[in-house]
Amino acid sequence: MNKPALADGALTPTDWTSPAMVARIRQRYAREARFKAMGLVALVISALFLAFLLYSIAGNGLTGFQSTEIRLNVAFKPEALGITAADLAGPDAEDRLRQADYGLIGGDALIARFPEVTDPGDQMDLEELLSPGTAAYLRETLVDNPALLGKSITLWVPAATDVDMLNKGQIDADLPALERGISDRMLGYYRQLKADGDIRTSFNTRFFTAADSRDPELAAIWGATMGSLLTLFVTLLISFPVGVLAAVYLEEYAPKNRLTDFIEVNINNLAAVPSIIFGLLGLAVFLGTFGMQRSAPVVGGLTLALMTLPTIVIASRVAIKAVPPSIRDAARGIGASPLQVVFHHVVPLALPGIMTGTIIGMARALGETAPLLMIGMRAFVVDVPASLTDPATVLPVQVFLWSDSVERGFVEKTSAAIIVLMVFLLMMNALAIYLRQKFERRW
Amino acid sequence: MYNPTEATMTVQDTGAIKMTARNVNVFYGDKHAIKDVSIDVRADEVTAFIGPSGCGKSTFLRCLNRMNDTVASARVTGEMRLDGQDIYDRQMDVVQLRARVGMVFQKPNPFPKSIYENIAYGPRIHGLARSRAELDEIVATSLKKAGLWDEVKDRLNDSGTALSGGQQQRLCIARAIAVNPEVILMDEPCSALDPIATAKIEELIEELRGRYAIVIVTHNMQQAARVSQKTAFFHLGDLVEYGPTSEIFTNPKKEKTKDYITGRYG
Repeated sequence: MNKPALADGALTPTDWTSPAMVARIRQRYAREARFKAMGLVALVISALFLAFLLYSIAGNGLTGFQSTEIRLNVAFKPEALGITAADLAGPDAEDRLRQADYGLIGGDALIARFPEVTDPGDQMDLEELLSPGTAAYLRETLVDNPALLGKSITLWVPAATDVDMLNKGQIDADLPALERGISDRMLGYYRQLKADGDIRTSFNTRFFTAADSRDPELAAIWGATMGSLLTLFVTLLISFPVGVLAAVYLEEYAPKNRLTDFIEVNINNLAAVPSIIFGLLGLAVFLGTFGMQRSAPVVGGLTLALMTLPTIVIASRVAIKAVPPSIRDAARGIGASPLQVVFHHVVPLALPGIMTGTIIGMARALGETAPLLMIGMRAFVVDVPASLTDPATVLPVQVFLWSDSVERGFVEKTSAAIIVLMVFLLMMNALAIYLRQKFERRW
Repeated sequence: MYNPTEATMTVQDTGAIKMTARNVNVFYGDKHAIKDVSIDVRADEVTAFIGPSGCGKSTFLRCLNRMNDTVASARVTGEMRLDGQDIYDRQMDVVQLRARVGMVFQKPNPFPKSIYENIAYGPRIHGLARSRAELDEIVATSLKKAGLWDEVKDRLNDSGTALSGGQQQRLCIARAIAVNPEVILMDEPCSALDPIATAKIEELIEELRGRYAIVIVTHNMQQAARVSQKTAFFHLGDLVEYGPTSEIFTNPKKEKTKDYITGRYG
C-alpha cells in the first residue's frame, strides 16, 4: 500500500478509476441518452399526429371554400317570371319582383344551352345540373337591377352539388354510374360544359355570408359563426365579472374557515365536471324552470357561463394569489381602504393572469358541443341569427351536424368548418399570449 | 419589568407624547407574542425597538397602526392611544389611522407604477390635493424631504421598481410622507440595503426627526444607537427595558439588556 495512512474511522479515498466506478459512469450516461431518445420519440410522434390531422383537415376542407359555377345566358322573360313590366312601377315594385317565380328561367336557360335535348323528361334532368339556390340567386340579381327584366344576360350561377363534386374531383368519373351516383347523361352534360369553358371554380363567398342549408353547395358557416359569437358574448358577460368578483372575494375578503374550504373544493370539482352535465343543468334551469326559448344564444351563453365560471375563478384566484403581499401592505400602509387595495393594486396586477385564464376558458367554451346539444342548439337554422334570442347553432355543433349528413358534399364543408373553428381558437390563444406578454409585470 | 411612571421620572421630557401603549398583549392564536407592554412614543424623537429575532418588536410596531388587523388569528388587548384617542376603539377609522401613522417596510415595496404615481397615490385617495398643480407640489416636496428629488426629478415617469434598493426605500419613505402623517413606523428599513444606502436612510431619519414621531425596529444595535433618542429592548414578548438610548447602551439596568448589548446572545 503506497497510499497514506488514514486516521481511524475515516473513509478510504474514492478510486474514481476502478472498473466498478467506470461501469457506473457508463451506465449513467446510457440512462441519460435513453431518456433523451424517449423524449425525442414522444415529440416526433405527437408532431406526426398533429401534421396528419392538419393535412387531412386541410386536404378535405380547402375545397369547401370554393364553389363551382355554370355560365348561362339567362333571359329574364316577364311571362316566365309571372310578372309584367308594369309591376316595376309603384312603391311595392321590389316586393313584386321578389314574389315572382324564378323557378323556370334557370332551367329554360339550360334547355336553350343544350338545344339537342328535346325530350321533356331529359329536359327536366338538365335542371339537376343547377343548384336549388339558383332561383334565389337569380331573384337577387333581378331585384338589384330591375332593368334586366325582359333582357338576357350571361351569368355564373351556382352548380348542383353533384357537378360541384365532379368538378373538384371528389367523384371519380371512371367508376360505373351506379357507384359514382351520377348518371352517364349528367356526366356528358358536365363534360360538354367543361369543354366549352362554361364551368369555373370560384371563391365561395356565400360560405362566409349565409347560414346552413340542406344542399351542401349552399351550406354556409356564417350563421354558426354568428351563433358562436353571440353565445360567447353572453358567456363572457356573465362569467367574467361573476368569476373575477368571486375570486376577489374568496382571496381577499372571505375568512379562511371550513365553509370557504368546502367552497374551494367544490369549485375545483366543478371545473372537472363533464360538460354535458352543465348542459343538463342548463336544460333543467333555463328551459325547465325559467321557460326560456330553446336554441337561443342567450341560453347557450348562460349554460356555457356555468361551465366556464370555475375555470375563471380558479385562474383568477391563482393570479390574485401571485400578487406579492408586500404590495397590499404598501397600499394599506398609506391608508388605502380594502376596496382600494383590491381595485387599485391587486386586480390590475392580477389582470394579465385573469385575462389569460378567461380567454382559455372562452376558447374551451367556443369548442364545446355537448352542453349545447342539450338545450337545443343543434337545430337546423337557415337564417343568420341577429339577436340573442334568435334560433342559432354554434361552430362545433355545425361541424357535428355536417359530419352527420349523408351527402358527399358535406365532407368538405365539415372540414372547412373545422378550419374556421380552429382559426378562431388560434386567434384567441394568440390574444392570450399577447396579453400575457404585454401586461406581464415584474417586481 | 419596565414601569412607565418610573421612566417618566428618569427620562428627560423633551416634547409631547404622541402615542401611548398601556398593558398591551398580543396573541397569535395560542401564542402570546407581546406580554403586557407599556410604552410612550414622543413626537419629536426617534424611538428604536431592538431585540433578538422573534422577540415581538415588529409585532408591536404593527399594532401601532393596526396592520395586524389583517392577520386573522391576531388578537390585541390593552390600550393604545394616538394623541389620547384610543386606536382600537370601534369609532376609530383604520384607514384614517394608517394615513396618520405611516409605515415603511422591511423590503422596499414601491408600487409597480411610475415614481410620480407612487407618491401621488396616497394624497389622491385621501383627497389631499385639489388640483394637478397641488399634487405636483406634494410629490416634489415629499421627494425632497426624502432626499430623492435630485436623483429622480428628471425621470418621474420611470417605474418605481427600476430604482436601486436604497432609492426604492427612500421612495417608500417619500410615499409615506406624502399623506402628511404624524408618526412614521419603520420595520427594519435597512435590512435589505447595502451600507451606503443604509447610511443615507439613517441621515434621512435624522433629518425627519422633529417633523414626525419616528419608531424604528432594527436588528442593528449600532443603528439604534446612531439614530434613536429612546430605545426599547424586547425579549420573548417582554419589554425588558426602555429608556434614553445613551443609557441603554452605556449603562443598562437589566442584566438581559447588558448581555444582548454586549453580544452575549442575539
